[in-house]
Amino acid sequence: MAGTALPGRLTWQLAELVGAVVETPQVKTLVFDVPGWPGHRAGQHVDVRLTAEDGYQAERSYSIASRSDSTRVALTVQRLEDGEVSPYLTEELRPGDKIELRGPIGGYFVWEPSDGGPLVLVAGGSGIVPLMAMIRTRAAAGDDTETHLLYSARSQDDLIYRDELERLSGNGLEVVYTLTDSHPPGWTSYTRRVDREMLSEVAPIASEHPLFFSCGPTPFVEAVAEALVGLGHETRAIKTERFGPTGR
Amino acid sequence: MAFISRGFRGRRATDVDPTRVPPGQYVTADFPVLSAGPTPHTSVELWDFSIVGELQEPRSWNWEEFRALPSEEITRDIHCVTKWSKLDTVWQGVSVDTLLAGIETSAGYVTQYSDGGYTTNLPLEDITGGKAWVVFAYGGQPLEPEHGGPARMLVPRHYFWKSAKWVRGLRLRSTDEPGFWETNGYHNYGDPWQEQRYQGD
Amino acid sequence: MDELMLDGNAVAGLLQEVFAVEMTTAVGTCASCGADGPVGAAHVFRGAGIVLRCPHCNNVLAKIVKSDSRAWIDLTGIRILEVTL
Repeated sequence: MAGTALPGRLTWQLAELVGAVVETPQVKTLVFDVPGWPGHRAGQHVDVRLTAEDGYQAERSYSIASRSDSTRVALTVQRLEDGEVSPYLTEELRPGDKIELRGPIGGYFVWEPSDGGPLVLVAGGSGIVPLMAMIRTRAAAGDDTETHLLYSARSQDDLIYRDELERLSGNGLEVVYTLTDSHPPGWTSYTRRVDREMLSEVAPIASEHPLFFSCGPTPFVEAVAEALVGLGHETRAIKTERFGPTGR
Repeated sequence: MAFISRGFRGRRATDVDPTRVPPGQYVTADFPVLSAGPTPHTSVELWDFSIVGELQEPRSWNWEEFRALPSEEITRDIHCVTKWSKLDTVWQGVSVDTLLAGIETSAGYVTQYSDGGYTTNLPLEDITGGKAWVVFAYGGQPLEPEHGGPARMLVPRHYFWKSAKWVRGLRLRSTDEPGFWETNGYHNYGDPWQEQRYQGD
Repeated sequence: MDELMLDGNAVAGLLQEVFAVEMTTAVGTCASCGADGPVGAAHVFRGAGIVLRCPHCNNVLAKIVKSDSRAWIDLTGIRILEVTL
């Protein structure tokens, strides 16, 4: 496998917010300028640390949404209702403000075109973020590795990057949605939680040795991993990134 | 000191009597769930609680017997070594004094042991004399598994890692036996008011 | 299944901070059941400190406690750790 390409100890550094994109009513992409950013691999994340005036600190991890050859770091953050960090990042932070972050982090949940495929990406809610970095990296490299994205969200309004995914579809990339809570009239795709049957329809069979990446809330990822193993896929070919009970 | 994030406050409570907050702690209204392993789901039909080790005869109660013991409502502040404190938490439980009543022992130390293998240690005198309980309800409701149910220890004068979740018994010992976290950098005694978080503090 | 459980890559930053190399691709062999796999695939629990458990047998692979200035790491649950240089 590729070497780690991550030199030495991680240190906290200041990143400046230079732009923001509203993706959905609950989700915003924040673009940061990070001096000396060494580049990153699709699937990696950063740790973000906020410190209040009295010294109180909160730390969270966010997947990098930008493709691997970008010089800026884009984080797509879902504002959690009772969150501590996400409301600050999505509502308080203004262009010019700085936050502490360290990264890029991670060597396990990463993909680059030379890793090959077929590639199956299974996203639950905001779990789409690191998988989108993989899709963007693939597109920027002009790579045509057979790729299937299965993206589960509550409703169409909750889908992030929809227009971009539509543009990138084709050339070996297939995008399949499932909307679990509500769907618009005329919707022809799936309308239930990801299950074994759905995965068997979307993913290549086990003998093709697909690489799986699944990301989202822990129960979602658990269910997907279990279903894939039930379909005969090797455990080692299934990489997971659990967000915990509520996602980020 | 780390970079101060303009306008960041977090969700902690700030209008709190500072004399109730040990050094380095922040008060939360939530009840964070921390665990060293998967949540056990022991049914009360299979549950029992034992006192073992340095005593004439080990004692044990099944759930019915345990719930028949005199219990009380306990309201205390709790303090986690990860820096959150929660004030006025209300529990229902059996005092450890009740469980140890009539026991003769030369033991000076106690190890709490739990489903899943977790252990934590204290001097015997720090869980007796009205300082510790085995609790089975929180906020008027049966203790949920993720919060340590069917029953957990409540030892409010120490950081909360010394109140074992999913507790199944107490081992009385003549020697101290540092537990799961005490052998891994956390302080052997863990008094929040002395900020005894780590070894050497 | 535990809602709280995370993967090894959730503590990738902490591990790299301590070990100065990326650790989630390091392959560990469980001292209890002998299964091996990348640290990124270990099951992570956040208690007073961090616990990494074997995804096959749930044995504790590692425990990590970190203060501002020190870290304590128990790796006795990992028989062998293989790191790519």
